[in-house]
Amino acid sequence: MLSYPQDRTCPYQPSPGYRELGRSGPLHKVRLWDGSTIWMVTGHAAGRRLLADPRLSADRSRPDFPVVLPRFEAPIFKPIAIIGFDPPVHDVHRRMLAPDFSLKHVREMRDEVVELTGRLVDDMLRKGPPAELVEDFALPIPSMVISQLLGVPYEDHVFFEEKTVGLLQAKDAAGAEAAGQALWDYLDELISAKERTPGGGEGVLGRLAGRIDDRDLTREDLLRIALALLIGGHDTTSQMIALGVVTLLEHPDQLAAWRAAPPEALPAAVDELLRMVSVTDVSGVRVATEDIEIDGEVVRAGEGVLVSSSMTNRDPEVYEDPYTFDIHRAAGRGGAASGRQHLTFGFGIHQCLGQNLARMELEVAFSTLFDRIPGLRLATPAGELPARSGGTMQGVHRLPVEW
Amino acid sequence: MRVHADRSRCMAAGHCAVTVPGVFDHGEDGLVVVTDEKPGEDYLEEIELAVDLCPSRALSVTRDQHDSSAPPK
Repeated sequence: MLSYPQDRTCPYQPSPGYRELGRSGPLHKVRLWDGSTIWMVTGHAAGRRLLADPRLSADRSRPDFPVVLPRFEAPIFKPIAIIGFDPPVHDVHRRMLAPDFSLKHVREMRDEVVELTGRLVDDMLRKGPPAELVEDFALPIPSMVISQLLGVPYEDHVFFEEKTVGLLQAKDAAGAEAAGQALWDYLDELISAKERTPGGGEGVLGRLAGRIDDRDLTREDLLRIALALLIGGHDTTSQMIALGVVTLLEHPDQLAAWRAAPPEALPAAVDELLRMVSVTDVSGVRVATEDIEIDGEVVRAGEGVLVSSSMTNRDPEVYEDPYTFDIHRAAGRGGAASGRQHLTFGFGIHQCLGQNLARMELEVAFSTLFDRIPGLRLATPAGELPARSGGTMQGVHRLPVEW
Repeated sequence: MRVHADRSRCMAAGHCAVTVPGVFDHGEDGLVVVTDEKPGEDYLEEIELAVDLCPSRALSVTRDQHDSSAPPK
């Protein structure tokens, strides 16, 4: 039985082990670090059906919820807000945040993101090559955006970025808990300050601090929401920017096609990058609360299910030449939404809250970078980049570039 | 055809408003609003895509009896 997870050998393709597994059908049993087994879903239709099925629970506090990596045993992860709750609590919290992450609000934020992205490129050009693209570009964009949206002071970014990586990349539960607790204490103090401010103070956290009651939103709920949004808001997007740049630079024909594409073709191109890179590598982890028959198999009550984004995004039933990167593959019906069938943001009620914000940040980031620095190239060969290993969330520790 | 959106299921993913902006929008609360409940047949393909993309299964389409083509899945 295949052990899970397996490291990638290419920054934008699933591990060879998953690819092999995907050839033998849509559902597979794989073995986790603690010896337990979990269903790994590689078929797109099966993945969508399971992620939208209310008989599967996302509740991290359930004793039978699968612990995919040792770090997820940390108590801080057990009731993680939004992604780790089932209805009705999930729906109440998610709807409280819907206006802040809505398309309209994201569109209003765009000019500011264009401006801050331009400033980062100005700084890179002023300093001259080489640059380290994670620290100079990929991380500050989402980090500034989420700070401003939430009302977290960006001056504290070194602290919360470091603790987020400490939490999400910890080798064990104790390391994750220590980093998570530091973030918790920080947010606790920040929310207290907002509670003392008439009108609640800035950002989403300020707005929600004024809505704390003992029913729909307790103070602890708000702290958990703040933690989930802060960590969810910058690590994934920054690594998607970094690996997206690598993917474009490794495909000069596609980079040329991006540059030649009219603005209305770029949303689908961004979705093709999201499909290819599948940065989290996982569309969702759940536990079955009842026996579920699917594609000739039975997922038993109490069994874990993990939907692979890198593999469902390469299901040949949905994508022709699925391993090929083609920014125009979705050209056709649906306009700006034509490339959105991928499962990088998950599916069902837990589909990523920040997906439209992420898409906008990515489009601005890639367009600005390649417009302003047309000669950009990797300073380290793609195969030798220092990559994250041993987990599911993909990424590079550093991305040296020159021009 | 008649387009229906169940606001109690909507999670504000926004796919519908991007796919068919003349038929779907969202309100101040971020949740779906149908702006044209009886769009012309020209919109059918895009509306089917929006229904398919909706992660919380909030959208549906009913076809009139005199619609010539088969009902959507």
